[in-house]
Amino acid sequence: MGAFSPLSMKSLLPLSLLATVGGSGSQDVLLKLAGVDYLILGIYFAFVLAIGWVLRKYLKTSKDFFESGRSLPAWVCALGFIGANLGAQEVVGMAASGAKYGIATSHFYWVGAIPAMVFVGVFMMPFYYGSKARSVPEYLKMRFDEKTRTFNALSFAVMTVFSSGISMFALAKLLNAIIGWNFDGCIIVSSLIVLIYIYSGGLTSAIYNEVLQFFLIVLGFLPLVLLGLKDIGGWDGLMTNLGGYSASKGMPGAWSSSWAHLGHPADNPLGIEWFGLVAGLGFVMSFGYWCTDFLVIQRAMAAKDMNAARRTPLIAAIPKMMFPALVILPGMLAIALFYKGGHSSIPLPVSANGTPDYNMVVPTMLAKYLPHGMLGIGLTALMASFMSGMAGNVTAFNTVWTYDLYQRWFNHSASDAHLIKVGRVTTIVGLLISACCAYAATKFNNIMDMLQLVFGFVNAPLFATFLLGMFWRRTNGHGAFYGLLTGTLCAAIFQGNTIAAGETPGLLKGGWLSIQHTFASSMAQTWWMAIFAFTGCFTATLVISLATRPNHTDDELRGLVYSLTEKIRDEGTPWYARPATLGVIVLAGAVVLNVIFW
Amino acid sequence: MQLDVRIPMGLLFLLLGIILVVYGLTSDPAIYTQHSLGQNVNLVWGSIFAVFGAVMLLLSRRKSG
Repeated sequence: MGAFSPLSMKSLLPLSLLATVGGSGSQDVLLKLAGVDYLILGIYFAFVLAIGWVLRKYLKTSKDFFESGRSLPAWVCALGFIGANLGAQEVVGMAASGAKYGIATSHFYWVGAIPAMVFVGVFMMPFYYGSKARSVPEYLKMRFDEKTRTFNALSFAVMTVFSSGISMFALAKLLNAIIGWNFDGCIIVSSLIVLIYIYSGGLTSAIYNEVLQFFLIVLGFLPLVLLGLKDIGGWDGLMTNLGGYSASKGMPGAWSSSWAHLGHPADNPLGIEWFGLVAGLGFVMSFGYWCTDFLVIQRAMAAKDMNAARRTPLIAAIPKMMFPALVILPGMLAIALFYKGGHSSIPLPVSANGTPDYNMVVPTMLAKYLPHGMLGIGLTALMASFMSGMAGNVTAFNTVWTYDLYQRWFNHSASDAHLIKVGRVTTIVGLLISACCAYAATKFNNIMDMLQLVFGFVNAPLFATFLLGMFWRRTNGHGAFYGLLTGTLCAAIFQGNTIAAGETPGLLKGGWLSIQHTFASSMAQTWWMAIFAFTGCFTATLVISLATRPNHTDDELRGLVYSLTEKIRDEGTPWYARPATLGVIVLAGAVVLNVIFW
Repeated sequence: MQLDVRIPMGLLFLLLGIILVVYGLTSDPAIYTQHSLGQNVNLVWGSIFAVFGAVMLLLSRRKSG
């Protein structure tokens, strides 16, 4: 699989699910389910559908369908925010990374998520929520111009259906491999369920199911971690075995420290040095995702008031900070148990060259530690996370399509009832296209990789546009649009001139123009590409904005730009409900965690 | 006025908890030595699920009542 997996949070994932899940697929199935497991699965799906059914009667306007009527409390939005992000690619992928990279995987959380989540809550949400924009592309329209909006809306719409297709594909392939379920059946059933609950309940239905899925994953995976820890002899046992494993890989101590081995790319399994990590992952990619991706922002925009919207990402940051214990630790445990061998060893599938199949970490742990009953819960949690990944993408897609493309270009004066209808039809069409993507992924893996690569180029520079747009009033429409194009071009040129060690030059892996630099890993190549794309976009936006006329008056930019917007006063709210206070607490927590696991 | 998400959540976890507890009490103890280091995880986590579900239901009632 390509070095670029730029689909939403997957952009931060070092591994792609498409890669190895399932292997040959012809061996005995890993998980055999009993009646009680099926009962649990059935009850869950009945609830999912029932929620959609009940929410139907609260759905009256298009605002209800696409924006949950802007009526939800902060904690519900926060769990939806984090639940939409906690897709299966996250659960399966992060456990895989935990096995492949050890504690350093925590950088995807404590560096690659928390600071950006605090930033979007404290500084950016006032403009998203306050502007009354119904989507992120619509904000771009208000702040810049139509072409910037349409560019963003188009690339986002294509990316979300594609992303939902990848979720669908990964779900079907995984279930086929570990339980032996029929691939087509999995695609049909999962898309039908998602379709029914979004069709009837809209965004609220998606968010409620994300909340349910959040608790299901937390409560369903915790026993896995506790049993694994007990099996290996507690934290000390884990560290001892990880130490042995690191030494056997020629990087002593690398699996049990997050920062200590980041001096040089050759010293750690990530293949990156600290600067590339902090600037590439921690700044450009992380802020680009958390602060601009409508998939997550949409959850915060559904909040009932400004304070709730701002607190959404901040409250979400608290569980996000703890997730390494839930999703990375199983991977670390698996690799340590694998190394320890003997009675505790887990039967991780191994490929011909001796590397374990990291994507099988979660299924293998489920099979080893969970008896029937809890196994049903674990499997339900896994399926729920795949489906909410699909649902998250589909709700973001139908909103952007309906408001930013359909209403703008095809039917400017559509009635409210008509918009709901369009949203519903879009949900069906979106899922159909997703299903086509899922089948395309089985046949034309290279096309999928190519698409991911292109999205990577388009996404990498995005944050520069938003940063300048929100905090420098002189930024104008031409600057934003041509800046984005320049950034995308920089990304492509960078990729064309670099390669990761061990890869053959080509369109997918890079180096198709020349090879100016060889990175230790393709992840390092992606992160540095992001740094270049951001810098290119930032500079071009700046220069072009200064060289051309502003296309909005200061009055028009009120509420859209920092210096022209009245500061929000928090004096009346208790300290724990103030975004700034919460932000400081969350950041301090992230610092402490980084120091503890240094 | 929306549906309070704690109601379906409470009902779901309470129901799943009860199923797990019943299954934990009636299933063959051998599956626990085989999988979960001899611990009856169904009984233990089933109880946690049920309590969590009940608390959610209580919270939703307290708000509306």
